[in-house]
Amino acid sequence: MYRYDEFDEALVRERAAQFRGQVARRLSGALKEDAFKPLRLMNGVYLQLHAYMLRVAIPYGQLDPAKLRQLAMIADRYDKGYGHFTTRQNIQYNWIRLADMPDVLDALADVEMHAIQTSGNCIRNVTSDHLAGAAADEIEDPRPWCEIIRQWSTLHPEFSFLPRKFKIAVTAAETDRAAVRVHDIGLHIRRNGDGEIGFEVIVGGGQGRTPHVGVTIRDWIAKAELLSYLEAIMRVYNRFGRRDNKYKARIKILVNELGPEAFAEAVDTEYAAQGVHEAVLLPQGEIDRITEYFASPDLPERPARSVTFEAARAADPALDRWARVNLRRHRTPGYTSAYISLKSQGEAPGDMTGDQMRVAADIAEQFGFGDIRVAHEQDLVLPHLAIDDLPEVHRRLRDAGLAASNAGLASDLIACPGLDYCNLSNARSISVGNAIQAVFEDPEFEERVGPLHINISGCINACGHHHVGHIGVLGVDKKGEEYYQITFGGRADEKAAIGDIIGPALKGDDVAPALRRVIAAYLDLRKGPGEKFIDAYTRLGPAPFKEALYAVD
Amino acid sequence: MPLIKGGAPVSCSRRFFADEETPPDPNDAIVSLGRLVAAGGDVFRSVRLMPADDPLALAPHIRRLDLIEIAFPGFRDGRGFSAAQLLRRRLGYTGELRAVGQVLRDQVFFMARSGFDAFLIDDPHAEEIVAAALSEFTVAYQSAADDTRTIWERRWNARPAHTRRDDR
Ligand code: SF4
Repeated sequence: MYRYDEFDEALVRERAAQFRGQVARRLSGALKEDAFKPLRLMNGVYLQLHAYMLRVAIPYGQLDPAKLRQLAMIADRYDKGYGHFTTRQNIQYNWIRLADMPDVLDALADVEMHAIQTSGNCIRNVTSDHLAGAAADEIEDPRPWCEIIRQWSTLHPEFSFLPRKFKIAVTAAETDRAAVRVHDIGLHIRRNGDGEIGFEVIVGGGQGRTPHVGVTIRDWIAKAELLSYLEAIMRVYNRFGRRDNKYKARIKILVNELGPEAFAEAVDTEYAAQGVHEAVLLPQGEIDRITEYFASPDLPERPARSVTFEAARAADPALDRWARVNLRRHRTPGYTSAYISLKSQGEAPGDMTGDQMRVAADIAEQFGFGDIRVAHEQDLVLPHLAIDDLPEVHRRLRDAGLAASNAGLASDLIACPGLDYCNLSNARSISVGNAIQAVFEDPEFEERVGPLHINISGCINACGHHHVGHIGVLGVDKKGEEYYQITFGGRADEKAAIGDIIGPALKGDDVAPALRRVIAAYLDLRKGPGEKFIDAYTRLGPAPFKEALYAVD
Repeated sequence: MPLIKGGAPVSCSRRFFADEETPPDPNDAIVSLGRLVAAGGDVFRSVRLMPADDPLALAPHIRRLDLIEIAFPGFRDGRGFSAAQLLRRRLGYTGELRAVGQVLRDQVFFMARSGFDAFLIDDPHAEEIVAAALSEFTVAYQSAADDTRTIWERRWNARPAHTRRDDR
């Protein structure tokens, strides 16, 4: 994992000190709320329905035990004992007092963390594959490039006041777990014809009011050119992106209005015009230095099958189910990656208490080579676990209420905070999410239904990624009443697609029963247990699912 | 309105003339991009760019210019940062680059890094504001239009390549 040196630390400390000054000016009244707003927003501080909210950056979702324990401390000491993990792999606290914010930023700096660029019209936290460095299907570890992009984009002098927020995601695996095609820029690490590793560059993906799947503007660009090329994209966007209408200001609109070819040409022209002295010079030694931090942990050799574990799972159906559902293949025999689901029935999706964070930190320290990730599905992942240790890991997770066996299944749903916290919302997300979860309360039924992504947003801003859920649920306001519009067929992976709107919105109470009918229809219609919901939908089209959605029980 | 350049207040006799005004002395007039270009290469020495103006249109005039103002109508419009970088780095402009309009304390650092060396700020404490804004950060990752040595450069000067394995 990357560790700060004196320069990284200086920057984060200086930023915290700067914000301390800004908060002091605000609290003394020297700064009015209007003038303070852009400043606090640049430090991830939002004014929500009930209180200030602080969003802390977790670059590419990478945590370690010390960081997670500090997040727990902040939850306990400055919030109400919990935090909320987001689809940007970040964490949000909903109840921090403004006067405490500077101390919280200092506490974060103590563990090499910050809240820089977690809001505002700048380059946001770069996200990545939560199985990076462990997955069997990656070309190489994408995290060094995420860290390089983090450094390059931090307090960027030219790109801190863009037309709108800007999100970059990086993946290096054919199975895209980072949703790179629905980001402003998606980078897919690939080999070219000569076997050299570089990046496919995808732009203009995004969700919100006008969702788009991104388009590839470069099939491949060499690593040495990446940052200069990104600067060219950013400059074209900063100069020509629309600023007259907030809803048309994202890069996807520019790409669409110009047309992808013309946009690519504008970027290429800008890139070609860059003089040598304008190139972003990242010394090879620096790339090597950063890369070394992400070297794989020393994984002692182990047999591919663990007798201890096989015996334990045979004796314990709960362990067996958890292992079947929550584990992902590791590239090293004898090891596995495991999801810690933050989607227990009836809980707010993505929420985790301080005590739970400490349990996860202890497990990671003792069994997981100190490595913990936040997945954009709002779960945690322990990327490196010895299969031998799984019974003990599972026991500890279960004791902490962290052993929900639903990773990738229906009740592992994504939901934004919605009307319970967010002042932009139209409707509640959490309660409708809990009602949907209850449909899948029987774990056997849920497993039978198989992989299914249900994503819920409380408004068109789409923080809950409803457009790319296999089933999307969007809160809309109809004359003061909460309604939910349902979409089918969205996906965020390498076959990214925006879901189809199926018909009129449903009342809150009707959503879960309607989805129960849709699932029953799917189970009837699928070719067999191997055909996932999304594949059945692609094969059959909306008609049978629509019929089930609006049928009367 | 105080004009801060090189960390200190300075005075400037030039002022902006709208396109319909006739300046008594073209040497003292700051004009729009359209007027500068229309007047040909050797009439004016000072120009004001608005956010939508193309800074590269100044290429044929750049040697004669010694004052370019870039207007910031509000903190959200960041086009001026790109304009400054293009003038300094693409066109090699070395004269005064002045930020005018809504020049906010918390943007001065980004402006300076983008190549601005003068700030027109509507505040009696402009000098302290600029000094404070420019002292908040001692480090920066990216190369830009200023002469800050970047973190990436400092790391690689401070630390010979062969030692880098030892300091994890
Ligand atoms: S989707 Fe809407 S309601 Fe949900 S968090 Fe985002 S802005 Fe708030």
